[in-house]
Amino acid sequence: MGNVLIFAEHQGGHFPKTTLTAIHAGLDLAKKRGGASAIAVVSGDAPESAAAEIAKYGVAKVIALAHPALKNYLADAHAQALAALAKKENAEFVIATATAMGKDLFPRLAARLGAPMASEITSINDDHTFVRPMYAGNAMATVELDGPIKVLTVRGTAFDAAKPGDGAAPVEKQDAEIDAAALKMEFVSFNATKSDRPQLTEARIIVSGGRGLKSGENFKTVLEPLVDEMGAAMGASRAAVDAGFVPNDLQVGQTGKVVAPELYIAVGISGAIQHLAGMKDSKVICAINKDEEAPIFAVADYGLVADLFKAVPEMAEEIKKLKHS
Amino acid sequence: MKILVPIKRVPDPATTIRVMPDGSGIATDNVKWVINPFCEIAIEEALRIKEKQTGEVVLITVGQSTWQEQLRTGLAMGADRAILVKTDTALDSLAIARILAKVASDEKPELIILGKQAIDDDSNQVGQMLAEMLGWPQATFASKVEIGADKTSVTREIDGGLETIAFKLPGVITTDLRLNEPRYASLPGIMKARKKELKEIPADSLGVDLAPKLKIKTLTAPPKRQAGRKVASVQELVAVLHTEAKVI
Repeated sequence: MGNVLIFAEHQGGHFPKTTLTAIHAGLDLAKKRGGASAIAVVSGDAPESAAAEIAKYGVAKVIALAHPALKNYLADAHAQALAALAKKENAEFVIATATAMGKDLFPRLAARLGAPMASEITSINDDHTFVRPMYAGNAMATVELDGPIKVLTVRGTAFDAAKPGDGAAPVEKQDAEIDAAALKMEFVSFNATKSDRPQLTEARIIVSGGRGLKSGENFKTVLEPLVDEMGAAMGASRAAVDAGFVPNDLQVGQTGKVVAPELYIAVGISGAIQHLAGMKDSKVICAINKDEEAPIFAVADYGLVADLFKAVPEMAEEIKKLKHS
Repeated sequence: MKILVPIKRVPDPATTIRVMPDGSGIATDNVKWVINPFCEIAIEEALRIKEKQTGEVVLITVGQSTWQEQLRTGLAMGADRAILVKTDTALDSLAIARILAKVASDEKPELIILGKQAIDDDSNQVGQMLAEMLGWPQATFASKVEIGADKTSVTREIDGGLETIAFKLPGVITTDLRLNEPRYASLPGIMKARKKELKEIPADSLGVDLAPKLKIKTLTAPPKRQAGRKVASVQELVAVLHTEAKVI
């Protein structure tokens, strides 16, 4: 009977919500498979303390996979280490969330294992049938994977986050099997986008701006006061990012971040297909746009046809009043 | 430098996609077929590197005879020659990567540049699989590529910021949206493209395992989100978000 190996991505020992959704999906898969154990793997040069943290989330075992080459994430070292571990732990499934890291690593891992891979699954039908979006979410495909090992990434918005329980699973430290001579990639630097706001994939409320904001300056002076008044994360349409108003990693859409917050407020966003693909599963969608024909209104629960340069500062004021009432 | 650029034919991104009632696929009548937008960016990047350094840009695709159209478009943009690996059956990412790895081992490019994902299946797999099969380094989601004398450095768009990694060629790079703005094919380019070499290779002649391990059983349309209602003022909007939707 094969096991479910869950790659638990961490950011310096912290596990974002996206990782907890992979844990949840992995636990669900182990249950559907029957008799399989869900094993979480935490990688790094010294991953033991992070591994202890994830041990509370319902898995049968946590492996702290250690090697100096796993310090900074690089696809070649991680693919080697995880492929060797998958075989050693008799994994039938290897699963992660489709974050930038999951998307980079898992196809390489699948090729190393000679295993088929389904990207960004949104549902687990049974132990070999999964549902995943295609065509920017305009079609949902039921796919069947065939082989002794199956590789999966999950769409973070489609599964709940695993919750910590009372007990903790045993943590087992293992030295990763890596052929250092075969490593050809070198980490140079990471230039973090500085922000005190919640991350897009974690936030309960997202306020996104589009081309209607007209400039990067207006994102700062018009949109950001509302974002911060609401304690929200800030997002953007592809048009706004392409125009250089805001950094790339704020892009919500088919080829950017896929989000599903409780409240998504689209400001000055027309609602192109590829943008809708990234936010249409939000619980409540609200749109502010001066063009009443804008496609965004077709998916919005609440639409306000208005000049955003008037409406947004007014809304920030109203929110402030509400908070103090 | 010799650069191999694998490309894919997809429906125009502006096309409204409709799922066939029997779930067998999407309706393809009235669909305009184009080069996948990320693949266009890959062609452009390859051409820019070639223009700086000299070399050859070789396009490759895996598909039916009709896919020649997209190869010709790429040749018209300025690529030097093209290869169509012909197959009439649907292949999964693993099989495509195996084909590309086999052709790469014959062609021996120093660099392979491809799109990060195709906008039809949205899988985002082939570049990474190909890099592993060749034992090459990979730089996915590239927003900047610098080919140095000794090392190539690539800036990548990842969660929370920009990462830079470096490696010695050969290597695989996959393109993100903001790497460049692809050029249009010029009229002289289109004329020249007609005379450029376009070689066909039957997929089953390559001796690689093509049996799909991922099969699409059925497609369904996603549940449609109902349009809600318009509100008259900011005050009303904040009030309904608070009392009705209870999200603030």
